[in-house]
Formats: sequence, structure tokens, C-alpha cells
Amino acid sequence: MKNCEYQQIDARALGTPASSFQPCTEMKVPRLRRKWEVFPGKNRFYCDGRIILARQSGILPLTLGLIVVTSVLFFAFDCPFLVTHLTVCIPVIGGVLFLFVVISLLQTSLTDPGILPRALPDEAADIEKQIYTSGSSMYRPPPRTKEILINQQVVKLKYCFTCKMFRPPRTSHCSLCDNCVERFDHHCPWVGNCVGKRNYRFFYSFIVSLSFHTSFIFGCVVTHLTLRSQGGNGLVQLVICFFSIWSVLGLSGFHTYLVASNLTTNEDIKGSWSSKRGAEDSGNPYTYNSIFINCCATLCGPMPPSLIDRRGFLPPDDIPPVAAADLELSSFLAKNDTNMVGMPSSGHTS
Amino acid sequence: MAETHILQDLQHQAAIASKVYVQRDYNSGTICKFQTKFPSELESRVDKQQFEETMQTLNNLYAEAEKIGGKSYLEGCLACMTAYTIFLCMETHYEKVLKKIARFIKEQNEKIYAPLGLLLTDPIERGPRVVEITIFEDRSIGFGR
Repeated sequence: MKNCEYQQIDARALGTPASSFQPCTEMKVPRLRRKWEVFPGKNRFYCDGRIILARQSGILPLTLGLIVVTSVLFFAFDCPFLVTHLTVCIPVIGGVLFLFVVISLLQTSLTDPGILPRALPDEAADIEKQIYTSGSSMYRPPPRTKEILINQQVVKLKYCFTCKMFRPPRTSHCSLCDNCVERFDHHCPWVGNCVGKRNYRFFYSFIVSLSFHTSFIFGCVVTHLTLRSQGGNGLVQLVICFFSIWSVLGLSGFHTYLVASNLTTNEDIKGSWSSKRGAEDSGNPYTYNSIFINCCATLCGPMPPSLIDRRGFLPPDDIPPVAAADLELSSFLAKNDTNMVGMPSSGHTS
Repeated sequence: MAETHILQDLQHQAAIASKVYVQRDYNSGTICKFQTKFPSELESRVDKQQFEETMQTLNNLYAEAEKIGGKSYLEGCLACMTAYTIFLCMETHYEKVLKKIARFIKEQNEKIYAPLGLLLTDPIERGPRVVEITIFEDRSIGFGR
């Protein structure tokens, strides 16, 4: 009867949102909510779900501020002198680089890095059922790893207790954002977001273009101060650029190495694929064994869409508790009134 | 269309008996590929070969979406040169193939699986971690008990 189906009504309301609609429309329909409004991770959404940010924006304002301030000072104080003494191309190149840096930065920060949606209750229950029936006793906690073979190499998949699923390979759970992110690289506080599968190319173009931009400004300011022998207004830009260059260039170099060997920062830091204890088989199973192909695959590969579907509508599952009760009540009353023996339409036989 | 009506009737009136989940196959790496092993719960409902054919076609479509070749490189380079702003106005190759996959799943449901009391869920709605197959109870399509 109706009681044993209670759980299944919940599951049906949660599953296949695109193709479900409830038959009852005579009730006053509450405003349909979008999925970003009930997103379980620690993210913030703006423009009705179009823009996604991590809960903690870290030092993104500082990053943006430093870039903007340095560039503005450069355009204001160094460019006029260099235009008259050298060439007009200098502010043009500077402008293009500046735009590239800011756009890449914003794209890295405001894009979904490859967040995996959490497992729905049915799926989580199915996974747990498989774990329990695979021979383990009732009182042992579920095993947290599953071993699979990727290109003849053993890889351990870990079970994520927050997202209730076995994490796909190269996926990691970010504790700051409370999400599992595909091809997790690292959580970057400068950018205020995780760097993962979907925004790694934006991050890489940000740090590379920032390297060019800081080197360019540094070079121009040094030229300016050298040409104008009696001092000039370039000290602030010089200091900022001097200290940034080492770190940004170093980071760009490191990430170029990662891209060329198809590794993530996470894997490199943990030493997942470094040959340890003389094991011959522990090489990176994801590499294409060619620097060119690795670079192309990482930076120019296909761009998967966001999996969390932030702007999709939730099924109107807040209607059923009221509507179901009313429908049941009216059918119950109808049954009693007309003294029907059989059930109305659902075909139960008892 | 009669086939669409069967699908809608199934969702409205039928009760869900159980759900079967076909997991991902990671043997070839992180590309999206599903196991083609036939789940035992479907033995009484659908032909094994038919099911394996559906899964294989699905895998081939995902392979097409994730293929690294001339076209994807061109798209990637063009995007890089425009600071990735073309993603705001252009539909990527991946998204085009995902639409193709959605049409394929709908067609398979209408032609093959709905008349058997089954419903395939588009994997993209689940991560794509799994292919969720909903098994409906037989009575709502008139087979009776």
C-alpha cells in the first residue's frame, strides 16, 4: 500500500529532473527553485547561478588589486615617457597583456573547476549494498578504497564520505570548498577557487600571461629609469614586479613541467607516480609519453561542461507532502462514500 | 507519438521496483566509458545483446566527445587566442555531442526500453558516474501478475 512506497516517492522526486513533472497542477505552484540554491558545497553564486565562487575568496581582491594598481601606475607614469622616447607599441602591448591577465584571472576564479555532483541517496545506497554483500561482516565499516587497473597500473580509488561515492581517478575532495573536484590540481588562494579539470587551462594562461606582463612592465620601468637619468616615478611598479617575477615565473615553469608530463600538483606533491622502492611499474598511467601530446591534451583538449547544472530547475518536490496527503484523503473519502471494494486506479490487490 | 506516450505513462503511473547502476570503466584512463557487463537484474527484462549494443554505442559517443584530434586542437587554440571568451558565445564540440547522446538515450528509451518497463537516465545527470536504469513494476503496462 501507500506506506511502503513512501521512500520511493522521495527517490522519484529527486531523480531525472529534466523529464519529471507532477500531474497535479491545480494547487498553487510555489516558485520553482534553481539547483544552485540548494547546492551542498561551500560555494557562493551570483547572477542567478551564472557565476560561481568559492566561499572563501582568499586573497583574490589582493591579486586583482596588485595587478590593476601596478598596471595603472605603469600606464600613467611610464608609458608617456616611453611613447615619446621609444615607440607607441609599448602601451598597446601592455594593454593587450593586461586584458589577457585580467580575463584569465576572472575566468579561473568564476568558473566551475570540475565539481562532481554528490551521489543521490539511491546511488549511495546501491554502492553501500555492493560493499556489504561483497563478503564483509555486518559490523565492519565500509572499505574506503577500491583498486582498479588503468593502463596496466594499479590505481586506488578512495571512497568519499561527504559525497557518498568512490572518487574517479585524479579526483580529490577540497575541504575548503567541500566538493569533489575532477583532476584536482590545488586550491589556489590567490585566485580564490580550486584549480581542476575545467579551469586548469585558464589558470595556466593566467600565470603565463602574468609572467609576460610582469616581465614586460619590469623591463619597461628599468628602461624608463635608465633613460631618464635623474630619477622618475617608477619605484612602486619596480618593487612589485621584482618580487612577483620570481614567484610567478617559478610557478609558470613548474606548471609547464606538470603540463608536459600530464601531472597535477596534487600528484606531484604526494609523489603518486614517482618510482619508489625500485618498483618498475609505478609510472604515470595518464601520460601519452610525448610532451607535445601531453600539452595539447591538457591545454587544448575538449572542454567538458559543468556537471552541477546550477541553473537547472529543481523538480517541484515541495508539493508532494501536501498534495499527496490531500489526494489520499479525497480518494479515501470517495471510497468510504461509495462503498467501493476495489482500489481506484493503482491496481493494488491484497 | 505512441512511443512518447508509453514513456510518459511509465513515469506517471508506474511504481519503481528497483534501480540498477552501471558503473564507469576506468581501464583506459579517465575517459568517460561505462562497463558493458550485463547486470543480472535485467536478465528477465531485456536481451543481453541489445543492452550491450546500447552501452557500446554510448561509449563510442562519449569517446567522440572526448577525442583529442585536429578539431579539438583547433577549438582549443582559437579559444586560447581569444582568452577563452569564445566559450561564452560558442557551443563546444563536447556540448554538441552531449546533445547527441541525450537524443540517443531518449530514442533508445522510446523504442526499446520503455515498452519493457525500463528507463535509462542520461549519465550526464549523474555525474557522469553511472548509467541509472530504473526498473518499473510490470502491472502498469498491462502484463499483469
